[in-house]
Amino acid sequence: MIFKGRIWKFGDNIDTDAIIPARYLTTSNPRELALHCMEDADPNFVNRMKTGDIMMAGENFGCGSSREHAPIAIKAAGISCVIAKSFARIFYRNAFNMGLPIFESVELVDAIQDGEEITVDSSSGTITITNANKIFKINPIPPFMEKLIADGGLMKHIAGKRGKHETG
Amino acid sequence: MGNTITEKILMTHTNLKKISAGQLINARVDIALGNDVTAPIAINEFTKAGGKKIFNKNKVALVLDHFTPNKDINSAQQCKAVREFAAKQKITHFYEGGNVGIEHALLPEQGIVLPGDLVIGADSHTCTYGALGAFATGVGSTDLAAVMLTGELWFKVPQSIKFVIYGKLQKWVSGKDLILHIIGRIGVDGALYKAMEFTGETIGKLPMADRFSMANMAIEAGAKNGIFAPDAITKAYVKKRAKRDYQFYSSDADAAYSDIIEIDAGKIEPQVAFPHLPSNVKPISKAGKVKIDQSLIGSCTNGRIEDLRIAAQILRKHKAAPHVRLIVVPATPEIYKQALKEGLIEIFMNAGAIISPPSCGACLGGHMGILAEGERAVATTNRNFVGRMGHTKSEVYLAGPAVAAASAVLGRIASPEEL
Repeated sequence: MIFKGRIWKFGDNIDTDAIIPARYLTTSNPRELALHCMEDADPNFVNRMKTGDIMMAGENFGCGSSREHAPIAIKAAGISCVIAKSFARIFYRNAFNMGLPIFESVELVDAIQDGEEITVDSSSGTITITNANKIFKINPIPPFMEKLIADGGLMKHIAGKRGKHETG
Repeated sequence: MGNTITEKILMTHTNLKKISAGQLINARVDIALGNDVTAPIAINEFTKAGGKKIFNKNKVALVLDHFTPNKDINSAQQCKAVREFAAKQKITHFYEGGNVGIEHALLPEQGIVLPGDLVIGADSHTCTYGALGAFATGVGSTDLAAVMLTGELWFKVPQSIKFVIYGKLQKWVSGKDLILHIIGRIGVDGALYKAMEFTGETIGKLPMADRFSMANMAIEAGAKNGIFAPDAITKAYVKKRAKRDYQFYSSDADAAYSDIIEIDAGKIEPQVAFPHLPSNVKPISKAGKVKIDQSLIGSCTNGRIEDLRIAAQILRKHKAAPHVRLIVVPATPEIYKQALKEGLIEIFMNAGAIISPPSCGACLGGHMGILAEGERAVATTNRNFVGRMGHTKSEVYLAGPAVAAASAVLGRIASPEEL
């Protein structure tokens, strides 16, 4: 898959209360959650970003609560993928399970500034900065996770496997 | 090479004969937990995937504790959806209304989670059950849906960090202070993806309530789980509650650790985590004069009877400062009843406290104790992120029940020694 978009860069330890505050957790409707994405970190974020843009952050992105509303809000807001130096582990699971592509790279996050445009090719594991003509390598996603994403997330992956079991 | 307690518990839930850190495994789950915020998504995913019947009606626990008593129409709708699912699936461990307690205090108290179990919960503080010598970790709603369907889930076997804690605890220092100190030392991602194994002579004497507080906050250091090897103290807690078999595991002497950290607990004062990270920790003697508007004593971290006893010991002869809203939240109905029996509730009310029913509401800025712009709270909870308990320009200071009670009296962050 190829993602091309403007970078919205955030700092270290962006927590799930910043991504989607608990006061909005009385719904799990993706559209409603998207309206408040990153509200407590940048109140104008959803008005300024465009569909397909890429979110970038430092260490431990998504720390705190297990709320799946966080990757749902990011995905529904139109962010195509998230690149961080590291992810908090529950967010990491949730993102894959939701089908929100995420990538870890310390080097890349250090090298790229807010507002720059990049292209991510997840199949070849390369990231290109549009105006700098620089190429970075990222770790490929392991085969069984690729399958999970290709199936459309964890539940569809399981449903597919169960279907096969049941039909022998 | 031997195995850690975390590796052993994970291995016994697979068909594997050998296991090591870094390995990806598929494991059987003993108990899967959801609440009124996370279960609705899980139920939706379960249904969308064609789920008809959950894998085992005795192994799924649904606890409506976050926005309850229902704070508005949306939260009432969420609870209704979970209630109907629980009834349809005949789920044994369904809690709401007068039975409901804060999930991570309730499940151990009711003997639903036990030593040696593999527990997942769609709530990050599921790691609390590691205090019992269980492997317990927080996951998302979709993971919960997968477990409700299959009874299994994929895991990456974590590396472990061993904490060796020695020395005699100073007066007013509790498990909460130990874990705040540790998070202050290693940072909010200091144990990212890893298990935190708590050992040492101090731990061997530590009561269950303190162990629960410590395991509870493992996630605040980024850990996958926190764990204590079960011992006589665990046994005394579990034997009167368990209604099924359980297993005690412990780490081998030659188990591999990614790091070993020694801590002299005798040198630790009561701790306070300043805004806006649980790692922003200072000893109480260096807290300065921070005026507060609210003191919250409760939550899955510190809402147990032992915590209420400590607070009552301080509030017995004092009143909360007039400008402070003191909110006490007994974590479960059993704790509430016990506190009534011991006269603790009367002590709190005489001190000017508001007694809340068991609820997670105030801790996560849901309801029952929201902060306005510019307000500050000292709280025995586990997170002090921006906007956690209300307005983005409010502040949360994390501490144990002794500091929270003393602070309520003096109207500023304070040590019980100042009274």
